[in-house]
Amino acid sequence: MPANPARPANSAHPANPTHPANPTHRRHLLLVWSLRLLVLATVFGSWELLATYLIDPFYYSKPSLIARRLWEWFTVGTSKGSIWSNLSVTMQEALYGFLLGALLGVVLGILFGRARLLAEVLSPFVQALNAVPRIVLAALFIIWFGLGMQSKIATALVLVFFPVFFNAFQGAREVDQTYVDNARILGAGRAQILWSIVVPSATSWILASLHTAFGFALIGAIVGEYAGAAKGVGLLISTAQGTFDAAGIYAGMILSTVLALLAEIVLGSAERRLLRWRPPPATSTTAGL
Amino acid sequence: MRISFFSLVIAVNVDNRDCRHPLFLGSTGMTVPVELRKAGKRFPDGAGGARTAIDDITLSVPAGQFLAVVGPTGCGKSTMLSLISGLQPPSSGTVTVNGQAVTGIPEGIGYMFQSDAMLPWRSVLANVAAGPLWRGAGKAQARRQAREWIARVGLDGFENYYLHQLSGGMRKRVALAQTLVNEPSILLMDEPFSALDVQTRALMQQELLRLWGGSNAAVVFVTHDLEEAIVLADRVLVMTASPARIKAVFEVALPRPRNVEELRTTTEFVDVYREIWSALSGEVDLARKEPGNAG
Repeated sequence: MPANPARPANSAHPANPTHPANPTHRRHLLLVWSLRLLVLATVFGSWELLATYLIDPFYYSKPSLIARRLWEWFTVGTSKGSIWSNLSVTMQEALYGFLLGALLGVVLGILFGRARLLAEVLSPFVQALNAVPRIVLAALFIIWFGLGMQSKIATALVLVFFPVFFNAFQGAREVDQTYVDNARILGAGRAQILWSIVVPSATSWILASLHTAFGFALIGAIVGEYAGAAKGVGLLISTAQGTFDAAGIYAGMILSTVLALLAEIVLGSAERRLLRWRPPPATSTTAGL
Repeated sequence: MRISFFSLVIAVNVDNRDCRHPLFLGSTGMTVPVELRKAGKRFPDGAGGARTAIDDITLSVPAGQFLAVVGPTGCGKSTMLSLISGLQPPSSGTVTVNGQAVTGIPEGIGYMFQSDAMLPWRSVLANVAAGPLWRGAGKAQARRQAREWIARVGLDGFENYYLHQLSGGMRKRVALAQTLVNEPSILLMDEPFSALDVQTRALMQQELLRLWGGSNAAVVFVTHDLEEAIVLADRVLVMTASPARIKAVFEVALPRPRNVEELRTTTEFVDVYREIWSALSGEVDLARKEPGNAG
């Protein structure tokens, strides 16, 4: 963007060259989105053609069949009741698992980050737990908590906990010592330093982990349902597998993707609100990613 | 933590000779704001040994005096401020502030750091109000005090800005307000204006003199810029190259109030400058020869 004026050093409201109101930028966005649609159309179009003329749609399915399956789920309902009730169950499991796992991860991560001895003593155990293929715990949790929501919440929780924990830990460790020194001089006590400096410093680290963590929560919920459940998107997928319904599996995948994207939008706006204090990025050409 | 533990391990230089040092002006009965007696600080050098940052510092700063500390870059001047502020304990000797040995952060200390130490996620107002709030003032009162000081440093109308929206000079003003809102009786400043351009620096020096004037606070101002030291200070302390010891002390008898821009061109200023520079230049040369300090 060579035509942009240089930004004054102390201007409070710099003219943002990539603001949506800027006509050059709007044209650019239009181009990007049309190209994105083109990519989508090419992929699905060639899949549809291939599945119609070359490969067997019984195994590989095709976009039109998947669309029909989705339509059927939303208008008639699934073999496991209305699609909305299934979506709601999965979403609740993921959400509760996410909230509990994130809360636990943040609290323990910050605690470990500030208590050196505790971290030193327990770090091999944490590393070992992290190395366990935790998804297998889904099977164990079904034995412990039954086929209901609790077992899926537990699976989602253990998947969410570790990435959040490690980021909160790192964030609490990397607090700028100058901030702490300055606060001590100004009169802050330990609790005030923790609350006013360590927690906000770690927030950007924690938020970064929350993005991936919600994805993990959904995986936990769906895998848990897949292993055994009375309701949910994972159950729909496993039912589809049982009846050799490839389109049903794809449809379940699409639904869970949409759930993940919706959660991403909510988290993104929460992040922007919490990190308002940050300077705007130098360019925002990658903002669409 | 690591540093204080280490200081226990090092053999403390036990030296019970009488402290009849020319710099030791204070008498123990009075509450002199800042007093150091044979204070030293060593740090672990990472190879199992110890590096002496400062050594055998004896000095006192009376109330209302502006003391500038000059020395070659990296000589350990800032360490002196850490000892006075209580952020680090001395390895040897004693440090007393307002008549009491320093253990923890003493009452009445203000410290302006070299780098920005304000919280970037807080607005200007919240940053300046932090001190009174942390010291137990009510929210309304803290905000009122903060607004008053924000106005005094000339940032009226910028209360709700974040730091990244301010220029370097404006950030220094916020830092000044944040420090002064606690009304410190001892003001420690660690090269606070070194990152500013020449014009802004002169402006901030003038602002500092204006805000300090009449406060009766003792100031210890660390800088590597001799001009800055002379225009601001009543007394200039020249430190040796690493480890930093006191090399010489000069009284700056230039009249106050001072205009920092005009003062630089007077013959009196040039005379003082020449006198102090003759002491300082040798140390600067020494510091340049040290490995790791080239350039």
